[in-house]
Amino acid sequence: MIPAEFDYVAPDTLQEAIAARTAGGEDAKFLAGGHSLLPLMKLRLAAPTLLVDLRKVPGLSGVTRENGHWRIGAMTRHAVLQDSHELGAISTVAAGIADQQIRNRGTIGGSLAHGDPASDLTTAFLAYEGTLTATGPDGPREVAATEFFQDYLTTALAEDEVITEVRMPRLEGYGYGYEKFTRRAEDWAMVGVVALVKQADDGTCEDVRIAMTNMGSTPLRARAAEDALRGRPLDAGSIAEAAGHAADGTDPPADRNASEAYKRHLAQVMTRRALTSATK
Amino acid sequence: MTLMDDRTSGNHVGRSLRRKEDPRLITGQATYVDDINITGLLHAAIVRSPEAHAKILSIDASAAMARDDVHAVYTGEDMADLLAPLPMAWAPDGVEVHNPEHWPLARGEVKHVGDPVAIVLGTDRYAVIDAAEDVLVEYEPLPVVTDIEQALEPGHALVHEQFGTNEVHKWSLGGGDMEAGFAAADVIIERRVVNHRVSGAPIEPRGVLADYKAGAITVHTSTQVPHFVRLFMGLMLGISEERVRIIAPEVGGGFGAKLQVTGEEMLCAWASRKTRKPVKWIETRSEHMATCHHGRDQIATVRLGAKRDGTLTAMHADIVADMGAYLMLLTPTIPSLGAFVMGGVYKIPAITTDITGVFTNKCATDAIRGAGRPEATHMVEVCMDQLADELGMDRLELRRKNFIPKEAFPYETALGIVYDSGDYHAALDLLMEKLDLPALEREKEELAAKGIRRGIGFSTYTEICGLAPSRVTGPAGFGLQTGLWESAIVRVTVTGAVTVYTGTSPHGQGHETTMAQVVADKLGVDPQNVEIMHGDTGTGAMGLGTYGSRTTAVGTESVARASDKVVEKAKAIVAHALEAAPEDIELRDGKFSVQGSPDKGMTLAEVSGMAHVRPELLPEGMAPGLDETSFYDPNNFVFPFGAHACVVDVEEDTGKVKVVRYVAIDDCGPAINPTIIDGQVHGGIAQAIGQALYEHVMYDEDGQLVTGTFVDYALPTAAELPSFETDRTETPSPVNSLGVKGIGEAGTIAASPAVLNAVVDALRPLGVTYLNMPLSSESVWNAITEGSRA
Ligand SMILES: Cc1cc2nc3c(=O)[nH]c(=O)nc-3n(C[C@H](O)[C@H](O)[C@H](O)COP(=O)(O)OP(=O)(O)OC[C@H]3O[C@@H](n4cnc5c(N)ncnc54)[C@H](O)[C@@H]3O)c2cc1C
Repeated sequence: MIPAEFDYVAPDTLQEAIAARTAGGEDAKFLAGGHSLLPLMKLRLAAPTLLVDLRKVPGLSGVTRENGHWRIGAMTRHAVLQDSHELGAISTVAAGIADQQIRNRGTIGGSLAHGDPASDLTTAFLAYEGTLTATGPDGPREVAATEFFQDYLTTALAEDEVITEVRMPRLEGYGYGYEKFTRRAEDWAMVGVVALVKQADDGTCEDVRIAMTNMGSTPLRARAAEDALRGRPLDAGSIAEAAGHAADGTDPPADRNASEAYKRHLAQVMTRRALTSATK
Repeated sequence: MTLMDDRTSGNHVGRSLRRKEDPRLITGQATYVDDINITGLLHAAIVRSPEAHAKILSIDASAAMARDDVHAVYTGEDMADLLAPLPMAWAPDGVEVHNPEHWPLARGEVKHVGDPVAIVLGTDRYAVIDAAEDVLVEYEPLPVVTDIEQALEPGHALVHEQFGTNEVHKWSLGGGDMEAGFAAADVIIERRVVNHRVSGAPIEPRGVLADYKAGAITVHTSTQVPHFVRLFMGLMLGISEERVRIIAPEVGGGFGAKLQVTGEEMLCAWASRKTRKPVKWIETRSEHMATCHHGRDQIATVRLGAKRDGTLTAMHADIVADMGAYLMLLTPTIPSLGAFVMGGVYKIPAITTDITGVFTNKCATDAIRGAGRPEATHMVEVCMDQLADELGMDRLELRRKNFIPKEAFPYETALGIVYDSGDYHAALDLLMEKLDLPALEREKEELAAKGIRRGIGFSTYTEICGLAPSRVTGPAGFGLQTGLWESAIVRVTVTGAVTVYTGTSPHGQGHETTMAQVVADKLGVDPQNVEIMHGDTGTGAMGLGTYGSRTTAVGTESVARASDKVVEKAKAIVAHALEAAPEDIELRDGKFSVQGSPDKGMTLAEVSGMAHVRPELLPEGMAPGLDETSFYDPNNFVFPFGAHACVVDVEEDTGKVKVVRYVAIDDCGPAINPTIIDGQVHGGIAQAIGQALYEHVMYDEDGQLVTGTFVDYALPTAAELPSFETDRTETPSPVNSLGVKGIGEAGTIAASPAVLNAVVDALRPLGVTYLNMPLSSESVWNAITEGSRA
C-alpha cells in the first residue's frame, strides 16, 4: 500500500514530457489519471523510478467533432465522456467503469496505453475501429485500433511515445448496445460486450461490429458472430444464433470470478443482449 | 445539529435522538491512532513471511540497517526477554487444547503467509517500508496444510510438529437423549454445511502508538478491548499493571477484528521500551487482509430429525473448524459460542454439537461479528427449509409448529441454556404482515416469463449475547479465565454536568448517545450534558470492552445502576434539605421534590452544588460529592430474536443473484434509540449478505492468500443492497433492569440463511436443495444448468 521511492516531474509541454521520459530510461513512466499505475505501485507490482505527469501538457483533453469523427484528447477523463451523451456507446461504456471517483480521475489515453483486456474503453475503441495518435521523440504517428493491442498489457506504443489523441468514427446510423457483466456494480467486467449495428432499409443487418472485454489477452472482436449476422434479418432468432458464436475461437483465461466455460457462456449471453439493444 | 424536541422531559429513552458522536465523525474532527504524533517517534514496518510454512534459516538486516533513516531492526531472537507468549484465554476443565507458543515475531519457523519475522524502526514511514523489503530472510519451505478435512487424516503434514496431529481440540455440548430423539424421528435429513472464511475488514485497519517513558508505558491502539490489552501487556513485558495505560482513541470499526490482543501491540510496546522512543505502526489494508484474524471457516455435518407431522426430535451438528496457524485470544471458543444456541428458536428435546478444531497454515480465525452464532443459525435455518421440503410441509408452518411458545419463557433448552424471553410468533406475524407474500408470489410468474426466477427465503433466529455471566463463562463453567462483567462510574460535577465512565469500548455503535439517553432519564438532565468516556484504562471505570453485543445489556446496565446510586444519594440530600423522608422524594421534570409539592425542589445541579460546595449541609455522616461506581455481573445472557425475509431475483441465463427486498423484524427488548438499532441491523444484514454473495477469504493450496485486496475480497456496496425494511417487536428481558438485549450482531447472525434459502427457493423447481456460500453467479448458473439437465 506504500509505493517504492520514485521521482516526479510535471512538464509544461509535450516535448519536455517526451524528453523527460526518454532521459528517465526504461524505468520511467508517464502518469495520467494514475488509477491503473498507482495501484500497481502501491502493491509494489510496479516500481518506476520516475513519473512524468501529463497533467500540465496543454491540449490533451476535451471532445471535438471533426469530419465524421470524434476527436478525444488522451487526458480526457472517463467522467467527461460519461457526460458527453452525444458520444453514444462511448459515453455509455465510460459510465460503466468502476465508480465515480475512478471515473473522475481515469483517462482514455491511460486506459488504452495500459491495454488491460479487462478494461472497457479499449473494447469500445476496437469496436469503433478507432485510431490514435502516438507522439514520440521522432514526432507523431497514427495507429489503428486493429493494430494497437498486441498481448496482455502490451500495445503497439513505444516506451517513449505519448498518446495525444484518440479518434472514433461517428458511425451515423448505427445502433449500439453495451453489456458489462460484473460481480458487484463497481467491479471489472467478467465479460463485457460492445455491439454496433447498422440496419439496412430492408431490416437486414448491413454492418455489425462486436467487441468483447476480458475474453482473451487483448480485447477481441467476435468475428464469427458478426459474420453470422451480417446480411441477415435482425430478429430475435438471428440475433440468438449469431450470439451463439460469440466465443468461437476465443481462449479466455479463467480467474477467481469466472471459469473459462462460464466466460464463454457469458460472452454469448452478453452478445445477445448487446445486439438486442443495438437493434431496438 | 440539534437533538429532538423536549430535551429534558425525562423521556429520552425510546426516541431516535441523533448520534452525539456523529458531528465529530463526519466533520473530520475525530482522532484516530494515526492522527496522533509524539515528538521523536519511530515508525515501524513489519517484515512478514511470504511463505505459508517454512524454517527461517537466516535473517540478514544489514542492507536495511545501512539505509538512511533506519534506526534498528529486531527479530524474534532479540525478544527473548518477553515473559509470556501471546494469550489464549480459554482453559476449560478436562479439555485438552493444543496451544503452540505464539510470539510477536516468529521464532525459528513461520506458520502462515504474513507471519511477522522482523520489525524495522526508523524516522520515516516510507523509509522503513522500503527497508523492510531489504531485510533478507532465507526460508526453507515446509509442507503446507490448507484443507481442514485432509489435515486430520493420519500421516498428513503437520502445522505444529510437536503435537503429532493437526487437531487443536475436541469439545462437545449436548443435552437430551440423542438416541431416543433420532429413534423417534420419521424423517432425518443430513446436510453438509460449509461456512467459509471472512474478514472483518473495518474501514480503519489496526494501528498502534506505544510510548515507554520513565518506567511506564502508554499505548494508543485501535482496539475493542483496552483492558485486556493492558492486562496481557503487563504480563508479557513484565510491567506492573498500574504503569500500563491503554487508550483506544477513535476506532474506525472493529467487527471483532479488534477484539484481540495482538502481536503488533506487544511488538510496538517492546520496541518502545527497547529504543526509549515512541513507536508507531499503522497497518496497511494488504497487511490487514493477510494478518488480522479472520472469522467463520467451518464445515459442519448436520442431522435434523422430525416426526411426520413436523415435530422436531433431535439435532446433531458435527463441526470441523479451521483455527488457522495459532490460537489467539478466543480462537477455539468461537464455534462453541454457536453451540449454545444450536437448535435456535425451536423446541428440540435432544441437541448435540461436537467440535473439532484444526490447525492450518493460514491466519488465525477468531471472533468476527456474530462469532459462532451466524454459523449455528445458518445450519439450523438451512436445514429447516430442507426438512420442510422433505416433509412436504410449508416451511413457515414447520417453523411455527416448533417455535418455543411465549408462555414457555424463561425456557431451558435441551442444552441447559435458559432463554430469557421471547415471542417468536409475534415476530414472524409482523414479518408476514410487512412482506405481503401473495403479491410476491404473483410477481413470480411475470418474472418467470422474463427469465428471472424469484425466490423468497426466511430465517427465524435467536442468538446469545450480553457477554457474559461469570458463572456460565468463567473457569467453573465454559472455561474462560475471567467472567465478563462491567463497571461504570457516574460523576456529577459541581455545575451538574454528568461524566460517565464505562469499561466498555464503543467504536462506532452509538453508545455515547444511547448511554446518555439512559443516564439523562435517570438523572433528569439533557443528554447533551452527559458525556460518555470510554476506551482509556488510565481514567475511569474498569471493564472488558465492546464485543459480543454486550455493551448495552451489560455496560449500559452497569451505567444505569451507577445512575441509580447517584439518584439515591441525591434524594437523601434533597430530603434532608427539605426536611422530608427520602422515600417521599421524586424526580419529575428535572427536579427532585417532595411528592405532592412540586414547586419546592432542587435540580441535579443544585444537589450536586451542595454536595461539592456545601458538604456541611449534607445529612450527618454523608461524604461529599456525587459520584458513584457500580460493578455488574449479569445472572444470564440475553437472547435477542426475530424473523427475517429475503427476496431475490435470479437471472436464469447468467445465475446472477439480486437481493430485491430484505425485511427484518428484530427484538432486542425496549428500544433505547430506534434509529441506532436500525443502523446496527442494516450493517449486520449487509455484512451477512456480503458473506452470502460476495466475500470470501481464499487461500490456494500453497497457502498463499489470493484475496488480499478489496478488488478480490468483495465487500458489498450500497449498489448491491436493497433499501432494508426493518421493524421491531419489544419483549423485555428479565435479566437486566432496562430489559434490553444486544443488537450489534443480530443482523449478521440472522441474514445469511435467509439469503441462501431465498436462492434455493428460486431454484427448487430445478431440484436444487442447497448451495455453498458465497453464491457466485457462476455457482448459481452451474446449479441452474445441472438442474435443468437433470
Ligand atoms: C478499483 C479500480 C477499478 C477499476 N475498474 C475499471 C473498470 O471496470 N473498467 C476499466 O476500464 N477500468 C477500470 N479501472 C481502471 C481505470 O479506468 C484507469 O483509470 C484507466 O484504466 C487508466 O487510466 P489512467 O488515466 O488512470 O492511467 P494511469 O494509471 O495514469 O496510467 C496507466 C498506464 O498508461 C500509461 N499512460 C497513461 N497515459 C498515457 C498516455 N497519454 N500516453 C502513453 N502512456 C500513457 C502510464 O504510463 C501507465 O503505464 C479501475 C481502476 C481502479 C483503481
